[in-house]
Amino acid sequence: MKHTISVLVENRFGVLARVSGLFSGRGFNIDSLCVGETDDPTVSRMTIVVRGDERVLEQIIKQLRKLIDVIKVSNLTKEEHVERELVLIKVSAMNKKRAEIMEIVNIFRAKIIDVDHQIVTIEMTGDEDKISALIELMKPFGIKELVRTGRIAISRGGR
Amino acid sequence: MTKMSGAEILVESLLKEGVRDMFGYQGGAVLPIFDVLVDKPINFILVRHEQGAAHAADGYARSTGKVGVCIATSGPGATNLVTGIATAYMDSVPIVALTGQVPTHMIGNDAFQEADIIGITRPITKHSYLVKDVKELARTVKEAFHIARTGRPGPVVIDLPKNVSTGETEYNYPEKVNIRSYNPTYLGHPMQIKRAAKAISKSKRPVIYAGGGIIISGASEELLKFSETTNIPVTTTLLGLGGFPGTHPLFLGMLGMHGTKYANLAITESDLIIAIGARFDDRITGKTSEFAPHAKIIHIDIDPSAISKNIQVDIPIVGDAKRVLQELNKIVTKCDISPWHRKINKWKREYPLTYKQNEKLKPQYVVEKIYEVTKGRAIITTEVGQNQMWAAQYYKYTRPRTLLSSGGLGTMGYGFPAAIGAQVGNPEAIVFDIAGDGSFQMNIQELATAVQFNLPVNVAILNNQYLGMVRQWQELFFNKRYAYTSLEVSPDFVKVAEAYGAVGIRVEKKEDVTPALKHAIQTKKPVILDFRVEKEENVFPMVPAGAALNQMIEGMA
Repeated sequence: MKHTISVLVENRFGVLARVSGLFSGRGFNIDSLCVGETDDPTVSRMTIVVRGDERVLEQIIKQLRKLIDVIKVSNLTKEEHVERELVLIKVSAMNKKRAEIMEIVNIFRAKIIDVDHQIVTIEMTGDEDKISALIELMKPFGIKELVRTGRIAISRGGR
Repeated sequence: MTKMSGAEILVESLLKEGVRDMFGYQGGAVLPIFDVLVDKPINFILVRHEQGAAHAADGYARSTGKVGVCIATSGPGATNLVTGIATAYMDSVPIVALTGQVPTHMIGNDAFQEADIIGITRPITKHSYLVKDVKELARTVKEAFHIARTGRPGPVVIDLPKNVSTGETEYNYPEKVNIRSYNPTYLGHPMQIKRAAKAISKSKRPVIYAGGGIIISGASEELLKFSETTNIPVTTTLLGLGGFPGTHPLFLGMLGMHGTKYANLAITESDLIIAIGARFDDRITGKTSEFAPHAKIIHIDIDPSAISKNIQVDIPIVGDAKRVLQELNKIVTKCDISPWHRKINKWKREYPLTYKQNEKLKPQYVVEKIYEVTKGRAIITTEVGQNQMWAAQYYKYTRPRTLLSSGGLGTMGYGFPAAIGAQVGNPEAIVFDIAGDGSFQMNIQELATAVQFNLPVNVAILNNQYLGMVRQWQELFFNKRYAYTSLEVSPDFVKVAEAYGAVGIRVEKKEDVTPALKHAIQTKKPVILDFRVEKEENVFPMVPAGAALNQMIEGMA
């Protein structure tokens, strides 16, 4: 099962290595990891997506809490939350294909952010399924390059 | 305000933290620090290998309860500390390891004697700091000591680039530490404590299983009171020995792989285990699925990650062992468990801890005599293997901080430098390293340190010319194929002692043991006792790795 873990950390060098080391030391592959500053510039938030055995994960969360630079850890999988990813896709868009691509972009409420004679670059946010669906639909046109951020997540409501 | 160099700030900060003794080794990147250190009121012990410095700081910390401090230069100096840091980490020992580093502008350039020691030690430290600006130094030292000694203690590394040591700034030592993300829980939850007390009052076959946390939190008196009030027997881990009087009628000895049979049977038949400052290590539990199958488990520990890690716990209490026991002691009463005591006493009579006596010199006999001659008042350190287990089984520890042993990491070569550290911290104490001929040779060079600083430590080598514990496993589980465990070529330890300026005594006969030990403790020099013990003696009882606790192999049967 996939878990989404949200970690508030001190915004300092070395912290990412300490956090990721707890996963790698136990042979856990991190599916995705996003880090960014919060409204408080001394604090960063990491959103980590991992797959793995529940018990081992519980232990990792406890170990994360023990790290001196970690302020707060929550396993969002266990509560109501919203998840988003951002993707940028560079698609080959010669002549007649262009209209077809535009149509799909509109259906997905995505945006075209760059265009030239050969390609269009699409930007879209959404949850993992939506992003994957768009990618599937773009494949036949020829994806030249693709970048997705990995998941960020936030809990629902006033908690 | 006048400015001070980083090296001066460092040493002043150490003095502020109460550091009076330090262990370490010189080198290029730490030259400015030693140049300041030499004029300050700190007793500096120059070791002969940096690993010795880390273990000595560890032995100093375990025996005194203070933070141990060691220092090494960048690169190889720092990497030589690694085993000592890992040892301290596994056993929750507060040490601060100072490492030199190449100047900040050269970091990452493969400079001479450069190693990323922060990266290397990341999984084996409680925390670590690379100081990039001399202005951060005083606060860093303050935080490092705070982190090392509070909560579940552990090693902290401070990496000091040379230009930080030579850089200058104003010196202000912070009064307080403020780390928002670090607030260990000391007080147990009152509801959980009540639940525990209720479970205790209902239990018919309770056992207290106490670990090193008792000693770290200074909870031995509280544990004694708890045990005597409730009438519940106590077994301890290796690191818990000394946390409860080894001579007490309620004491069951050590449990686990080489524990007493009665401790292991008591655990197996128990209906309530009260684990305090212990972490259900695999050497304790044996096969986890068959560990204490009938028991409810109360677990008191300051480290939330220790709870339900290996064994599912029914009543967890996160908090300091001393504080939690104080609260528990207010509400617990005597348990009505005479049938349980009768059963345990029967086991004690039927399965005593014993070995086959004959005319030969037995290692267990040597340990018993060390206990007798020192009247149980020595500080004992051990190496790792058979010597360690016999030291645990045949010496009765009655006071905390009198057994120093690498339990978690199992570091051969720990005992001798740890004994040096313990002697520095306890100048009046009789200190014995109960060693094997293999382990002792892993840090034998520290003889020079002991001689130079007039540290009258005693090393009792239980010399069986084997890596004894590994040979035992080969005997039992590998068809007696003694692959690479024979140490038939070893130096003449008596001559080695003499060459270093220490005293060497060889003992081959039983009747010579006591006189040799008496002579050793009266000698004001380091003494190496080379006990030529029976070569193929085994440590029993023994639970084979992965077997259940009640599946013990016994030697006498």
